[in-house]
Amino acid sequence: MAALWPFPLLISESLWACLALTLPDGYPEPHNGPPTAGFNYSHVDPSVDLPSALRVFSLDYHHVQAPFEIVLWIMLASLAKLGFHWSGRVPAIVPESCVLIMVGLLVGGVIYGVRHSAPPTLSADAFFLFLLPPIVLDAGYFLPGRLFFENLGTILWYAVLGTLWNVLGIGLSLYGVCLLAPSSLGDISLLHCLLFGSLIAAVDPVAVLSVFQEMHVNEQLHILVFGESLLNDAVTVVGTGAAVLYKLFESFLRLPSVTGLDVLVGGCRVVVVGLGGLFVGLFFGLVAALTSRFTFRAQVIAPLFVFLYSYLSYLTSEMLHFSGIVAIVTCAVTMKQYVEANVSERSNTSIQYFLKMWSSVSETLIFIFLGVSTIQDIHMWSWPFVCSTLLLCLVWRATGVLLLTAVVNKLRRNAVTFRDQFIIAYGGLRGAICFSLVFLIDDFPKKRLFITTTIVVILFTVFVQGMTIKPLVELLDVKRKKRALPTVSEEIHSRLLDHLLSGIEDVVGYWGQHYWKDRFEQFNKKYLRRFLIGEHHQTHSSILRVYQEVERREQQGVEETPPVVDAHSSSRPLLPEEMDSIRRILSRNLQNFNNKQMPAYSRHTLHQDLTTDKMRKPLHRHQSLTERCTYHTITYCPQRVDGEFSKSCRGRARLSRSHTVCSASPRWSERPDSLVPAALNHTQPSDPGPAEEEPDSPQRRTQIERATKKQLSFILENEKPL
Amino acid sequence: MGSRASTLLREEEIEEIKKETGFSHSQITRLYSRFTSLDKGENGFLGRIIKIPESPMCRRVVVSFREDQVNFKGFMRTLAHFRPIEDNEKNKNPPTSEPLNSRTNKLLFAFRLYDLDRDDKISRDELLQVLRMMVGVNISDDQLGSIADRTIQEADTNGDNCISFQEFIKVLEKVDVEQKMSIRFLH
Repeated sequence: MAALWPFPLLISESLWACLALTLPDGYPEPHNGPPTAGFNYSHVDPSVDLPSALRVFSLDYHHVQAPFEIVLWIMLASLAKLGFHWSGRVPAIVPESCVLIMVGLLVGGVIYGVRHSAPPTLSADAFFLFLLPPIVLDAGYFLPGRLFFENLGTILWYAVLGTLWNVLGIGLSLYGVCLLAPSSLGDISLLHCLLFGSLIAAVDPVAVLSVFQEMHVNEQLHILVFGESLLNDAVTVVGTGAAVLYKLFESFLRLPSVTGLDVLVGGCRVVVVGLGGLFVGLFFGLVAALTSRFTFRAQVIAPLFVFLYSYLSYLTSEMLHFSGIVAIVTCAVTMKQYVEANVSERSNTSIQYFLKMWSSVSETLIFIFLGVSTIQDIHMWSWPFVCSTLLLCLVWRATGVLLLTAVVNKLRRNAVTFRDQFIIAYGGLRGAICFSLVFLIDDFPKKRLFITTTIVVILFTVFVQGMTIKPLVELLDVKRKKRALPTVSEEIHSRLLDHLLSGIEDVVGYWGQHYWKDRFEQFNKKYLRRFLIGEHHQTHSSILRVYQEVERREQQGVEETPPVVDAHSSSRPLLPEEMDSIRRILSRNLQNFNNKQMPAYSRHTLHQDLTTDKMRKPLHRHQSLTERCTYHTITYCPQRVDGEFSKSCRGRARLSRSHTVCSASPRWSERPDSLVPAALNHTQPSDPGPAEEEPDSPQRRTQIERATKKQLSFILENEKPL
Repeated sequence: MGSRASTLLREEEIEEIKKETGFSHSQITRLYSRFTSLDKGENGFLGRIIKIPESPMCRRVVVSFREDQVNFKGFMRTLAHFRPIEDNEKNKNPPTSEPLNSRTNKLLFAFRLYDLDRDDKISRDELLQVLRMMVGVNISDDQLGSIADRTIQEADTNGDNCISFQEFIKVLEKVDVEQKMSIRFLH
């Protein structure tokens, strides 16, 4: 249990943070500081003091209070997160969100105990404007585009119709419950019930992400749940907005029942909200892509544009009462491929890293605040209401998923199995969005009941469902994510199959998804890419990109190796080239690869951990932690002054997309320690002419062949002890 | 699905095709009408098809049709490869030969797209041809060559610098071919 020694440290730091946060607003306590020092408060009239104008030591908390407290909260959140990862077996059992909520509860309790008043709650504004966008942006940026669009119909089906089903079901049923218990719940009107239904029915992307990322279910399932949670925001926004509309109409028409016009208007609003968000996002995404085309002269601020434009799209659509989440996701998805092509490697890494960081912090803060906000004075409890809400949420979601899937399976190529359906229904976690929305309701006598109920539902879903879903997934043997290393072959053959399918669909006359995909790709190539990507950045084919990516990673492998290799290679007599190939092979086996196609949803790693069985890190302590170990996330230009690697470092330092000139033929590197010619070729800005490398190529080629063969045999060897 | 179509296709032919390919009756009649609509004009079936697809890869598909003497039976036989694999098929008595839409046959179909000279091996040149078609004209031959080399190395286990069918199967074992190579034919 040596791993537990940081615990006391972290706990003490957290307690210090707690105590600091319990400082009452305004003046700091007089007994805090040492009385003998020249202790002065800025607010005390200086004429009272001793004539010496200079004080040796003074404390002015008021001046820095706001940012100080914010930083302390963030610090607390991050330390809690750290502690979570250091805490032995806990991560395997309890998802991180639960632990964070518990920490929040603890802190809330401490603050309540010290101050005897409610701790600060999460204001809806702060949540929606500051905490939610980074998470959604991160999710949108790393969204697996292809998978998403293939399943888009199903996702929309679940998101829109499923949420409507849930809203109406829960709202009406709750109204029925209220009618049945008129004594305590009599003053809750249908309007309120519907409103409540609309905010509690929506699945929360933050909670879903944080639980599902640790589960590694198959990608289709993941994208269905996740996509649904993102897109149902459109309906939720309408839901809360429609209630306003409904109120308007109700007072206008004085009718107790819903008229057809209301429904029609509501329906139109859903469409408008969703599409509006989409177009806002598209607009900003394209503008961002265009801007990034010109950033090569000021590469340092290129990442900033990504964030600014995304945030701007979010704010704009919120301003227009469109769905901000849809906007920001669309923006991210749109600009990603163009921005990635346009900006340098370093900027790309910065973007990704910052996204992860901000979303991590946001998520942690949200959960901690959820916990803190639970400790309040204003709870109102009502057994029938709370229990029936819980039950209804589960029941309606289950039936909704069953019904919708039964319909949609007829149209899908790959049916959604019953197990998947169960996970979809069970994985509908509620989170902080509901919580913030409930605070936005206009005040009415039973509002406190709603708040309490919302908190209970959130806690229930996050704790109970969050903790049990992982064992259930294993119990039900849900199809898990395939952890595959992409090979160039796979990419090529998959592409071939796509083309083939397009052709066949053409022949059969079936306008399937391949047809549209083909069309879009052509449009993309002809117009968008030409316009939005700088001339010297144009990479024209995903095959080439994958190939370059793979080569680049191999080259990364060269730098990461040094100490580990020698133990393995001592048993055979080796030529220098073989040594290097072995180094590279072993480094590849010991390092995780960033799979371009795998969704990097994890908050904790930038490069999703894709260990196949042959690639095991020596640091594994626990199976569930493998996905979590932050591991060489920045592999960029390590600060090594090692002689033989300094050259490769320098080479890597210059690796930027701007040098991957497609028209340039691959140049064989003249460095002896590298047998990966193509990637390094891209880094050489000072390219010697192709002529002088021709005689080298046959030799290099045989070396490559030999190297790769050894690669295969080494991989086989490494499999044995595992 | 006009009456004209169904009179040209005899019942026993439909039965034969049904047994061989596994399509249902209505699917066969529907596809027959599609076939006849494509078969108009002097050039016949092939001539019409070449105009439809826009990518050169699709023309490859057309070439694959040529193997089966482009009549309706051949058409159906090719399309049978793309039927989705259904679970209930596994319960029936296994037919004497493997059904056309089994994974191996699907892969064989894809393999034949590369292997034009039918020597059961994908040589480097054949691979290059396919790559060139898929990737477009803006990539230099050298780069394409290195990609082709890499592809062959990844797959080649017996060192003959070609990809045999077995090696091809092995490379694609992690790819979900059954789902990728399936079209939902409307009933």
